Amino acid sequence: MMQNRRRLAACMGGVALAAFVSLAVGQGSTVDEIAKYRAALQDGNPAELWEARGEDLWKKPRGPKQVAFARCDLGLGAGVVKGAYARMPRYFADAGRVMDLEARLLYCMTTQQGISDADAHKNLFGNGSERKSDMEALVAYVTSESRGTKMDVSLDDPRVKEMYALGEKMFYFRGGPHDFACATCHGEDAKRIRLQDLPNLTSKEGAQKAYTTWPAYRVSQGELRTFQWRLYDCFRQQRFPELVYGSDASIALTTFLARNANGAAYDAPAIKR
Amino acid sequence: MRIRTLLILITVTAVAAGCASQSSDPQTSAKAAQMMKASFKERGQAKLDRLDQDETQRLCSLYAGNALPKDVATRIEAANLSSIKYPSDGKLVGDWKAGEKIAQEGRGKQFSDDPTGPVGANCYACHQLAPQEVSYGTIGPSLYLFGKTRGYTDETRKYAWGKVFNPEAYAACSNMPRFGHNGILTEAQIRDVVALLMDPASPVNH
Repeated sequence: MMQNRRRLAACMGGVALAAFVSLAVGQGSTVDEIAKYRAALQDGNPAELWEARGEDLWKKPRGPKQVAFARCDLGLGAGVVKGAYARMPRYFADAGRVMDLEARLLYCMTTQQGISDADAHKNLFGNGSERKSDMEALVAYVTSESRGTKMDVSLDDPRVKEMYALGEKMFYFRGGPHDFACATCHGEDAKRIRLQDLPNLTSKEGAQKAYTTWPAYRVSQGELRTFQWRLYDCFRQQRFPELVYGSDASIALTTFLARNANGAAYDAPAIKR
Repeated sequence: MRIRTLLILITVTAVAAGCASQSSDPQTSAKAAQMMKASFKERGQAKLDRLDQDETQRLCSLYAGNALPKDVATRIEAANLSSIKYPSDGKLVGDWKAGEKIAQEGRGKQFSDDPTGPVGANCYACHQLAPQEVSYGTIGPSLYLFGKTRGYTDETRKYAWGKVFNPEAYAACSNMPRFGHNGILTEAQIRDVVALLMDPASPVNH
C-alpha cells in the first residue's frame, strides 16, 4: 500500500482523460477538477498530427505499383473518404467479404498498390517512440473525415447482418482462465475497474459514446490507437490469445458495436488516457 | 424439444421484462466459436485452447444478457461446488499482508505477462477491500469489513475459501474468476487472500 499515492495519481490522470466520466458517489470535487483537466487537453489533441500524416499517405502514390488510395473504394466510391467510416463495416463485393476500415485498407494496399501481405501487416501499431505506424495515420485521417457524421451502419445486406449476430455472440463469449467476456466489464451501467469508468456497451447510449470516440490518441502510450487495437488489447486483458488484425472475429465484433452506435454523431479521433 | 420450449420461454420473459437480450441461438453460438478459433493466434502462454469453453462458460455465454433459468443455475452451482478443493492440512487462513499484495497485483496469465510470474488476483480491480486503498473498482461488491460483519467463524472461513476457489459454486455466472478451479492462484495464495478477508488484524476488518 506504499505505492497507493503514486497509483492514485496515475489513475486520476487516467480518469481525467477517460472518455466517459460518470462518476462514483462521494468524489464530486475531484471529478470536477478531472473534468476541467480533460477539457483543457481536448483543446490540443495530438491526433491532429496523425491525421495530417495520414492525409499525405492517402494522397501519395504508394507501393511497387505507385498507386494512391484515390482508387480505394471505402464503400462510397473510389477515393471517397467523407462520411465513409460512419457507414463501416460493410460488405465489399470485390473482396467478397464484410470489412471494417482497417481490413479494407489492407485490401487496397495488397490488391491495388502491389504491397505484399507480409509488408502490409508490418508495423500496424506504433511502438510509442520513433517507430510510427502508417496504418494508424491513415486510419486517423479517414476517420477524421467522418467527424460530425451520424453513425449509419446498415444491416440490409444479409452478410453484414450475420456478422452482427456473430459479433453479438462474441461479446457474450466467456473463455480463458478468468472466464471473462466483453460483457463482464461492459455489461452494466456505472461500473469501473480501479478508478477507470467502463462504458456499458449493451446500452444504446454506452455503445454510442464508446464507438464514436475511437480511434483515440492515448496519452499513456503516445500513440493514436485504432479500433482494431482497442479490441486486440481488450482481448489481451481478457487473457485470450492474440486477436488477428483484420480477422473475421474482429470485424464481427466491430460490426456489432458500430451498428449499436447508429444515430450518434461520430466524434473521433478523440483523446483518452 | 424441451430445450427449445425453454429458450422460447426465456426469450418471452426477457422481452416482457424489457431486457436487452441476445438471441439464445445455439447454432449462431457454435458458428461464432468456430469463427473465433480461426481469428485468434496463440501468443506466449495464451494458447488457442483458451477458446475451448467448459460447460459453465458455455452455458453462461448462452444465457448472458437473459435471465438464467433456475434449473441451469442449480446445475452450474452444483457442478462447481463439487470441484472445490480445501487444503489438505485444513489451514484456511494465511498471511493477510501477503494477501494484500496478491489483491493489488494485476499481472498474470496475459500473453504479455511473464509466464513464470507474478500472478495476482487483482481483487482491487473490482472490489473495495482495505479502506486505505481508494483506487478500487465496482464490478463486484465492497468487501470492506468482510470478516467482521459475517463473524470470524469456521463456516465463514470455509465460505471465503470456496468463494475465491470457485465463485460459480455460490452464484452461477458470477463475473468473478474461478481462482482455484482454473489454476490462477496457488493454494498458498488463496490462503493469504482468505486471510486478507478473515484475519481480525487485516485492514479489511478495520
